[in-house]
Parts: sequence; structure tokens; C-alpha cells
Amino acid sequence: MTAVSGFRRASVARWLVIAGFVLILEILCRTGVIAAQTMIPPSDMVAALYQMVMAGDLNGDALVTFQNVGAAFVIAVASGFAAGIVIHALPRLRRVLEPLFASYYAVPTFVFYPVLLAVLGMGNAPMIAIGTLFGVVAMIVATLNGLDRIPPVLVKTARVMGMSVFATAFRVQLPAIAPYLFTGVKLAIAYAFIGVIAAEFILSGHGLGYAISYAYNNFDNRTMYADMLLIILIVSFINAIFQEWERRILRRRGL
Amino acid sequence: MSHDSSNVARPASTHADERGDHVVLDQVSRVFDMASGAAVHALGPVDFTLRRGEFFSVIGPSGCGKSTLLECIAGLSAPSGGEVLFEGKKVCGQVPEGVGVVFQADASFPWLTVWDNVAFGLRRMRGMTSSVVRQRVDYALSFMGLSGFARAYPAQLSGGMRQRVCIARTLVMQPRLILLDEPFGALDQQTRLLMGDELLRLWRETGATIFLITHSLDEAAALSDRIGVMSARPGTLIDIVETGWSKDRDSSIAADPAFGGVTARLWSQLRVESMKSMGSGVAA
Repeated sequence: MTAVSGFRRASVARWLVIAGFVLILEILCRTGVIAAQTMIPPSDMVAALYQMVMAGDLNGDALVTFQNVGAAFVIAVASGFAAGIVIHALPRLRRVLEPLFASYYAVPTFVFYPVLLAVLGMGNAPMIAIGTLFGVVAMIVATLNGLDRIPPVLVKTARVMGMSVFATAFRVQLPAIAPYLFTGVKLAIAYAFIGVIAAEFILSGHGLGYAISYAYNNFDNRTMYADMLLIILIVSFINAIFQEWERRILRRRGL
Repeated sequence: MSHDSSNVARPASTHADERGDHVVLDQVSRVFDMASGAAVHALGPVDFTLRRGEFFSVIGPSGCGKSTLLECIAGLSAPSGGEVLFEGKKVCGQVPEGVGVVFQADASFPWLTVWDNVAFGLRRMRGMTSSVVRQRVDYALSFMGLSGFARAYPAQLSGGMRQRVCIARTLVMQPRLILLDEPFGALDQQTRLLMGDELLRLWRETGATIFLITHSLDEAAALSDRIGVMSARPGTLIDIVETGWSKDRDSSIAADPAFGGVTARLWSQLRVESMKSMGSGVAA
């Protein structure tokens, strides 16, 4: 069996597992094993989502959420990358910070939400701040990992070619660490979604997180599950694009 | 397939030194300051001259400073004492124009195709038109037997082929001095012999001066006009052996009765130094 056919088989098997899971849920919901007050059948979720999208009911909340996620993602990636470069260049600072990075995700960032509200007010800023706080350390760690693994011979080769520090950074070091940066970017987008939507549950009066929370509090399962399905579909779509992009980069490099 | 020899480097007569000296090392030494505060004397003092257009190899025990010597000549490492002159000019702080280096480790850029790897340095040269780049890259790939792999990525090639990519990338820059730091160290013996023949072909065609660091006595003896033997650390040149081979040699020179004499002379000295390097201090 070749690697390609093995990959396709794994992909087909994965889709079958998902389809099987959805089918089981459908049967359990339709037969009343799972009560309608708890969960609606997946086919109803799709129908509800379709109706809400067509009616434009989700436009406002979705726009707010995606703007916040986009802002948190861009800030986390840009600042994480820049911080990674600075920390890599300062070994003493790195020795101080690295243990903190290792335990960073053990700290429940949401405990700071009163502080964020007090400092940033009630607008979108606290949501963006939490999304950024979630993603930035993943990007810093990914950047450090990449910079640690640049083969010294590539930098020497750039010197032999008379390349400047700037040209070496952009033409040699940046492409060399691209696979590691990709890991950071993928984590940053996932963390941005988690942070922003979770923050909208408790901090916001708009956005998909708030819409889910509002529907839940009003026993509106149809709207709640449609919103949840929308988030799952969009996150899966974005993740699939990044996965495919990463797969192509790694395949070229024989990784 | 015939090759257009105008594509390859010839030593520039404008740089010709009256005595034919291409590189001169004068009392070159290198001391490394360790993090612990101690200083490690790695190299020298080394005095010798590379003649223009010769094939010079260096052998020596592990850790004797061979690579440090190469880096001092290349301008990748500044000597702690003494000076290196390339074509009469002092090498200081950067790799001089006209010098190419091939390293032991795979230095191909994994994100670029073979063609783009070879063109990488050339595209950065001032005044280089795209047609000249294409002509030189195509020639170098043809010369190194890589034409059929121009669109492949390094990960799709064997270790030997990747090293040929690195040599082709050096070749297109038309260096007058090519420094090779154990370029075939990671290859199997059979591939090493064939790569050695390729290197001799490149040397003959370009007329460049070649400085090769190697661990292999046979490789040094078969490829070189002269072989420098280095002592254990701090490495100094303790002997220079002239092989006397004709210029159109290849690896079949190993069958020459004189070949054994050259390797025996190299080994007799290297054995003593290697034992010192291993710490036995016994040179029986």
C-alpha cells in the first residue's frame, strides 16, 4: 500500500466515523432516547441554520465574532512572532520566561475578565484581549522552536553568498522556520476562536457566543444548535485550509 | 553533451599574483573563549600558501582545527592572530568575492526546487540578467548531472544528489577559490569515489583553486596535487606531501603503485597525531 492510498483510506475512514456519529445522534434524537429539550436532530440543526442564514438572522452576530477573532488572531500572530524573535535573541530573558510559557496554559485566563472589563471597558476590546492572550504564547513558543532548529549551515551559506542580515532573515531564516510558524498560526486561530466565543458568553451583548448563551437561557434549542453548528463548520473549514497548506509545505520538504 | 566552457570560471588574470600565490596564510591562529572563561587554542600558528589553480587537501586528526582553518580562509571566522590574504587582499570579516564554500552538512534550501537552489545566489548578484542566470544554472545542472531533477525538491533526492546541488550552487557563482569542508563525509564509499571524480572534472574545467578538508586518506591521495597534514590540537601543518599526479587523473589513480606510497606517508604521520589526539600519547 502506497503512502498516498493509505492517506486516502484514512481520510475516507475519518469521514465515515463522523457520518456514523451524526447518524447515531440523528437516530437517538428521532427515537426520543435523547429528549428534544436536550438536543435536536442534526438534520434539524442543518435546516435551522439554513433558514437563519437565508433570513440573515446571523449576520450581525457572526460579523462581530469574526471581526474579533480576526483581530485577536492577527495581534497574537504578529506580537507572538515579534516577541519570539526578541526572546530568542536574549538568552537571559528566555531563561526567565520559558518556565512561565510552559505553565501558561495551566492558568485559567478567564479569571482576569473583571480586570479586562475595568481596564478595556464593555466594547469588543476585552474579547479581542482574551483571544489574543490565548493565542500569543502558542505563537511565541512556535517561533522559538523554529529559530532553535534553523540548521547553522543555512545561515553560513547565506554569509558565503554575501547576504545582509536583513536578506538572510527574510530569504533564509523565515522560510526555514515556516513549518514551525504554521503550528503556531494553527494554534493561534483555534485559541482566538475559543477565547473570543467564550468571552462573548460572559462579557458581551453581541456575537455568536452571546447568541448561543441567549438562546440557551431562553430554551431556544433550535437557534442554539444552529449557532453551534455554524461555528463548528467555519472553524473546521478554516482548519482544513491551514491543514492542506501545511501538508503541501511539509510534503515538499519530505516531512 | 558538450558544455560551453565560457560558462565556467577561469582564474581572472587581473587578480593574478606574480608568484602564482592565490591564498597566503601568515601565522594564522584561532583561540576560542569558552563560556566557562577558559580559552581553547584550536588552531595554529599556520603558515602556508595555496598556489593558483592547485588542488590542495588537508587531513588531520579529529578536532585538530581543520574546519576552523577553512573558516578562517573563507572569512567566516576571524583569526585570533596572523592574517589570511586572498589574491593579495586581507580577508577580514566577510567572505570575499570569488570564494565558494561547500559544507559537509546538507546546505540545500528545502523549500526551493533544485533549479531555484542553484539560482539562489546568482539572482542576488548585481547586474545579473535572467537570461544569464538561466544559462548558468542550466549549465551547472547539466555539468552535475542534475538536469532531469531541476523541478524536484531536495527532499526527493539522495544525499549524494543534494550535495551535487550544493556544488552546482557554488559552481554557478564562478568562484576562483572553492573551499570544501568534508563535502562527501556523509556519503557511502562508492558514491564518494564517484563524487571525487566529479570534483576533479569540475576542477579541471573551472581552473579554480580547490581547498578540500577530508578525513579520508585515500580521497586526499587520489584527488590532490598537494596534501597538508595537520597535527593534533592546536592544529599546525606538520607536512605537505606532493603527489605528482597528472592533471587528468581520476579515482583509478588508486591502482598506481605510487598511490600506496603516498597514503603510507600520510598515515605514518597521521597515526602519531591521531594517537596524541586520542590521548594515548603513544606513538609506537
